[in-house]
Amino acid sequence: MALSYPLQVVNLLAALLLLISFAMLSQRRIAGLVTLFAVQGAALSLSTAIVAWSTGQHHLYYSAALTLGLKVFAMPYYFFRLIRKLDVDRDVEPMITIPTTMLIGIVLVIFAFNLAMPISQMSGTVTRSTLGIAMASVLLAFLMMITRSKAIPQVIGFLAMENGLFFAATSATYGMPMVVEMGVALDVLVGVFVLGIFFFQIRETFDSLDLKHMEKLKER
Amino acid sequence: MEIYWLLGIPLSGGVFLALWGNRRNAPEINALFSLLTLIAAAALTARIIEHGPMTVGGEGWFFIDPFNVFLVALTAFVAFTTSLFSRPYMRIEKEHGRLNDKRLRLYHSSYQIFIAAMLLALTTNNMGILWVSMEAATLATVLLVSLYRSPASLEAAWKYFILCGVGIAQALFGTILLYFAAEKVLGSGGTALLWTHLNEVKTQLEPTVLQLAFVFLLVGYGTKVGLAPLHNWLPDAHAEGPTPVSAVLSGLLLNVALYAVMRSKVLVDGALGTDMAGNLMMGFGLLSVVLAAFLIKRQTDVKRMFAYSSIEHMGLVTFAFGMGGAVASFAGLLHMTMHSLTKSAIFFAVGHATQKAGTQLMDDIRGLIKTNPTIGWGLMLGTIAILGVPPFGVFASEFLIITTAMHEHPWATPFLLLALGVAFASIFGKVQPMVFGETEMPRLPYQPALTPVFIHLGLVLMLGLFIPPYLATWYRQAAALLGG
Repeated sequence: MALSYPLQVVNLLAALLLLISFAMLSQRRIAGLVTLFAVQGAALSLSTAIVAWSTGQHHLYYSAALTLGLKVFAMPYYFFRLIRKLDVDRDVEPMITIPTTMLIGIVLVIFAFNLAMPISQMSGTVTRSTLGIAMASVLLAFLMMITRSKAIPQVIGFLAMENGLFFAATSATYGMPMVVEMGVALDVLVGVFVLGIFFFQIRETFDSLDLKHMEKLKER
Repeated sequence: MEIYWLLGIPLSGGVFLALWGNRRNAPEINALFSLLTLIAAAALTARIIEHGPMTVGGEGWFFIDPFNVFLVALTAFVAFTTSLFSRPYMRIEKEHGRLNDKRLRLYHSSYQIFIAAMLLALTTNNMGILWVSMEAATLATVLLVSLYRSPASLEAAWKYFILCGVGIAQALFGTILLYFAAEKVLGSGGTALLWTHLNEVKTQLEPTVLQLAFVFLLVGYGTKVGLAPLHNWLPDAHAEGPTPVSAVLSGLLLNVALYAVMRSKVLVDGALGTDMAGNLMMGFGLLSVVLAAFLIKRQTDVKRMFAYSSIEHMGLVTFAFGMGGAVASFAGLLHMTMHSLTKSAIFFAVGHATQKAGTQLMDDIRGLIKTNPTIGWGLMLGTIAILGVPPFGVFASEFLIITTAMHEHPWATPFLLLALGVAFASIFGKVQPMVFGETEMPRLPYQPALTPVFIHLGLVLMLGLFIPPYLATWYRQAAALLGG
């Protein structure tokens, strides 16, 4: 079956999304991570808009606009300001070396595609083939959260995971009901602000945003 | 109508206290808002008992049946008594210089918003909004856990945020899968995630998708229930936050998370027609009970110890719900109630004890019975109650759970009995010297606010001796809704 032109673009953007997830895994600088996060948001927003246009699902336009506003402009802007204020833009040393992380990442992608296969076969949407990619980027973001020890990269990993979930919702079902999507966006927004406050508290107390200082609470 | 009051009061309380929460009488305002919420909850409960389940608003945005109205009543009640307890407690914390006006304002405002989020999670009919409000409840409490700004409390709050965030992201994926299955039957749009609509067509939902969805939902919400092995955040968050926060986290939030799991389970059971969901829950529940019991033995911090005890009891409830059937579901609901009331009472007593001793280490707290008999007896009776000594209500529910397990899953009983025995020995062995040990500490200079403790324990005692018929009917109706 030949894909229509807009769908090819969506597939291209999906591939880009996966590529960015890998780029995030290999990125050492926090500012670089924020930029990648913004680019990922842009790809997500564009692909949502194209799906909306080609399938006539108008509520997806709102989601696309919401993603564009929050994840491409508001949050990266806020993160850049935090980085400047907290003066933390140095190299981040992951806890596992980057080549190893990339290899684990490849395994995760294969796993995600296998997991998504039965579901995407059942899906009636034209974008179902991208579901595997969405799941892969969720898992890759999860991997990034595990391998980073600094606070901001962990949060960006968390947000990238949310991006992946959002993409999964778009490709499997043309997005969640509007009221839910608004709610999720509100939660993410509040969460980022709570974390902003939180970063300052951590910084004040520990003189650093490195979470290695935070390993007191363990079962002995 | 009551439902709008129920959600509107705590929400406006949150806004009001965000603006004026640093006033001298903010604790009283906090208690007042909680009291109004309780009245609204009581009115709603009365209506449900009289008229049965109902949906409210638009296409049925809210859905209230005996199962969730029982949790609404419990939540509003414990939220009110906790606000009474927190009134003098937080004042003394301020006098000790651990808190200032700004943080008290944050505390009072977040407290009300937290209650509003939990009540929304309980009453909403939309599985998506359920997710949103669970996440909102987490966000409202993150800054409460780190309220003291000590290194340990910041670490606990960070762990709480990240672990629950990751957990709840799994639940979001589960919800997406649920919507994916629902959309095929109900068509796309806002109504496809409404629980009442889903419940009507649950047998037509695609089983493979729902199976996968339930795994994600259980892992996601299970993280918030504190099920092992996803429980790591719980002891830290309970131990490092202020005591009123520990009481509501332990007594209420865990219940609400389990409620979310149960709502999903009913749908999945209908679609699958197998015991897959129940078996998974039994597995997680049993693991939590056993693991927590053995970890209790190693604790030195009193709030941490009771946090592990919460994991144990939530594990027990999860196990009971996993077994399914009328008796086990009834016992699970009863145990949920007993645990909420008893555990929050214990945290109130522990709060005063640690505040006085200036430490949470059990070795440094001795002879409470001499320094203040009320606190001493409160803690001792609470401990006896939570350990399941008759005639307290916890005994009744644990007895029901274990006898049902003997009937239906005999292999599980040795594990349960062993875990309960270990927990009994460790907790009793540690609390006994705290209450009756030798001490040279002076008597407590102020009168502790322990009325809530004895109200809670009185209720637990009453329910252990005699469950009023209307209450029993109510529990039975709720248990039936869970597929009893």
